[in-house]
Amino acid sequence: MSDTAERVKKIVVEHLNVEEDKVTKEASFIDDLGADSLDTVELVMAFEEEFGIEIPDDAAETIQTVGDAVGFIDKQK
Amino acid sequence: MRRVVVTGMGMVSPLASGVGATWDRLVEGRSGAGTITRFDASHLATTYACEVPFEGEGAFDPDAVMDPKDRRRVDDFILYGVAAADEALEDAGWTDPSDEGKLRTGVMIGSGIGGLNSIADTAVLIKEKGPRRVSPFFIPGALINLVSGQVGIRHGFKGPNHAVVTACSTGAHAIGDAARLIALDDADVMVAGGAESPISEIGIAGFNACKALSTKRGDAPETASRPWDADRDGFVMGEGAGVVVLEEYEHAKARGATIHAEVVGYGLSGDAYHITAPPPDHEGAERAMRAALKRAGISGERIGYVNAHGTSTMADTIELDAVERVCGSDLVMSSTKSSIGHLLGAAGAVEAIFCVRTLRTGIAPPTLNLENGPDTKVNLCARRAVEGDFEYALSNSFGFGGTNASLVLKRV
Repeated sequence: MSDTAERVKKIVVEHLNVEEDKVTKEASFIDDLGADSLDTVELVMAFEEEFGIEIPDDAAETIQTVGDAVGFIDKQK
Repeated sequence: MRRVVVTGMGMVSPLASGVGATWDRLVEGRSGAGTITRFDASHLATTYACEVPFEGEGAFDPDAVMDPKDRRRVDDFILYGVAAADEALEDAGWTDPSDEGKLRTGVMIGSGIGGLNSIADTAVLIKEKGPRRVSPFFIPGALINLVSGQVGIRHGFKGPNHAVVTACSTGAHAIGDAARLIALDDADVMVAGGAESPISEIGIAGFNACKALSTKRGDAPETASRPWDADRDGFVMGEGAGVVVLEEYEHAKARGATIHAEVVGYGLSGDAYHITAPPPDHEGAERAMRAALKRAGISGERIGYVNAHGTSTMADTIELDAVERVCGSDLVMSSTKSSIGHLLGAAGAVEAIFCVRTLRTGIAPPTLNLENGPDTKVNLCARRAVEGDFEYALSNSFGFGGTNASLVLKRV
């Protein structure tokens, strides 16, 4: 697992209070990990903070799964 | 009108977590005041307050209420309110009603100021890091009616969901208004009360600016709250929550619930006088008390115990005069703010619970630090609890803006 994936996973586990093994690449924040729309806003903010990037609102809307997040962040770096 | 009784009580106070532990310390004459520990208050005019204990005997355990993740998303007043509601519902045996029961159960828990800390912190965050760093949980974690919202969601209560905001009379108004909703058949059960967490730099500085807080007793904070005493110099800020479960009398009887007391009277009035001060004769307080007595169908002389608003300010003796005009002077009256400080929007609810305990135990809690009192025949419980046979108790709460509420409770 890439460094980005590890750090994303840690943030997701912390913020959504979910088991680590549920945080797979395909896992959807809302459908699989129990997030609501406010949780996803907070997650995106946590990614921005952790990776020192800015995720604009329209891009944030495309980030539905753990894999989407990792992919987006890697592209920014 | 349908009769309304108290079947459950819960509180988080500066003396302890829980009604029983708080009451024991209260009648022993313990003080919840101390030097402020939540933040460095050494640069403020007031350096002390009555904080909810997070350590030691009787401590409040936030983990037992919400996990750390959820707690980060709410201001402390919500945490305290949810905890007090849990205890009250447990006490009432109303934690898991039927679907129909949930539809007929409402919540009315208010706050004087709500998420003051969250608002202050977020304002600083915007200044320092910009608006994109504002948490999506800031607004729902700071709104006053979110105690009622959280309690409703947590327990599935689908009846009226409401919140009172009347400064320091919030808790009393919430109980009175919730009782009316039951009396008028809008609900069978109401979870009602107040919650507050104002002990912060902005809260202390704000009340200091109003010249409302005690400032002179940094060396001995436990002596600072001294209602009616000649050397009083302002109130001592407190925090916490008080919540009761109110229930229609027949509903409570039918399910075999323990009935702690009956809410027989509730009166409201406005001063139309000043934003922070009562008029010299406090005729607004007098009218609130008379209105509550009229509802109760009794004369003022029947009141055995009065839990005074008694904040340890100049207004204490004005209230005493008004009480004497309404109830005479053959009565017992104390200010529990001498022990727990002023819980602002939670005060009226916490003090109504103390009244219920007084009716049931025959013990009126002491007014701490009352050494040089006013000239009166009323027994002000100076520095020690007073025993008696109390059938009716009256609780007064007055708030900034000139808002007054009185509750009359009856032993059942």
